[in-house]
Amino acid sequence: MDEILRISNLTKSYGGEPVLRDVNLTVNRGEVLVVVGPSGCGKSTLLRCINGLEEIQGGEVALDGEPIGTGRHLNEVRRKIGMVFQSYDLFPHKTVLENLLLAPIKAQKRARRELIPEADALLQRVGLSSKRDAFPRELSGGQKQRVAILRALMMKPEIMLFDEVTAALDPEMVREVLDVMLELAREGMTMLIVTHEMQFAQAVADSVLFMDEGKIIEIAAPDVFFKNPQTERAKQFLNIFHFEKKERNPEK
Amino acid sequence: MSDLLPMLLRGLRETLYMTVLSTALAYIIGLPLGILLVVTGRDGIRPARVLHGFVGLIINLARSIPFLILLIAVLPVTRFIVGTTIGSTATVVPLVLGAAPFIARLVESSLNEVDRGAVEAGRAMGASSMQIILKVLLPEAKPSLLLGAAIALTTILGYSAMAGIVGGGGLGDIAIRYGYYRYQKDTMLITVAILVVVVQVFQEAGAKIAKVIDKR
Repeated sequence: MDEILRISNLTKSYGGEPVLRDVNLTVNRGEVLVVVGPSGCGKSTLLRCINGLEEIQGGEVALDGEPIGTGRHLNEVRRKIGMVFQSYDLFPHKTVLENLLLAPIKAQKRARRELIPEADALLQRVGLSSKRDAFPRELSGGQKQRVAILRALMMKPEIMLFDEVTAALDPEMVREVLDVMLELAREGMTMLIVTHEMQFAQAVADSVLFMDEGKIIEIAAPDVFFKNPQTERAKQFLNIFHFEKKERNPEK
Repeated sequence: MSDLLPMLLRGLRETLYMTVLSTALAYIIGLPLGILLVVTGRDGIRPARVLHGFVGLIINLARSIPFLILLIAVLPVTRFIVGTTIGSTATVVPLVLGAAPFIARLVESSLNEVDRGAVEAGRAMGASSMQIILKVLLPEAKPSLLLGAAIALTTILGYSAMAGIVGGGGLGDIAIRYGYYRYQKDTMLITVAILVVVVQVFQEAGAKIAKVIDKR
């Protein structure tokens, strides 16, 4: 298979406290990898290291065989990596359309004229054409997050990183965002998804990666991971999402 | 009374001239300094501890000099730049020097209000530091920067009144010469009333515009 991302011996620490310990991972083109694990296990940090938002202390992240590096080169690599954050992080003083256009115009030097039809097509696809000229504050959380996904797609990225993108959303809005992601996955987009939505993970993933304490504990196909996890820690983690039916005491 | 009106009008014109010109020039120095403070800060897009500390120290030093002392201390500089130490134009020099570090701090606090996530999103999309400053930081901070400008304008207006002491002209000069030295209380009161109106106009206009352009 065609390898797109390779992480080798990645080490990251915050003030001497290790967050990622010797992480090794390869992602193939078109693969959808879902990263799960308890909070603080380093899964978000892993995503942030991939596009250089975090300084790393050791090891290497390479996209298309090239280390992501620093400075100008890092900026070039970042343009190939789309990232969506939990808090949407749209530009509040720009309309939806301007949010979509800013990066491709400035960072990729593409013409506004050719970008507008692309933006309109994307907005239509996720049902947000009517919000084209709205400001972010006029949108619901789910709408904001869909715009944030489109904003990343406008750069025509080779890989998309999703960092708990539904964690701040009300349940009924989670679905509309996840549907957009499912469709992207079907179209063959390479995706790394950090999420707590286990059912979604099962539906979208080619493989599931379980992390704990800064290490990759288990990588498996979703059927295997969710039905029959190989490690004790994964079993414990999955139990959190499982509820026993409450026994009723007939005497009372 | 017949001489009073032209005198007050001239005073108002001089005051506005000093205030607006000084504020504009002080922003030319203060805005880049404020940006530098934010960009080189610990959570900035280009952290640089030593530079950040150095610029911060210079600004604090400059800000701790009382304006009245600065006014007199920079007289040689004023003479060198303007050719004279008397009149409204001469007053612009100490006003700019006194206001620039204050403006740098105002700009710093406005830029620090910008949502860190928006800046991070810009970085994640491969924008250069300059693009983030020009396309994310400054536009997103615009309403706050404008409010800061209104504060700067009214503060400099206040400073400009002190310039009367060294013959700087303007309404403050009139208030001191007629009201204080010659005990013409009425003249002083009228002058102060005009200053109150000017401050009110600047402040309200700044707040209104800031509100209109705030899309958050």
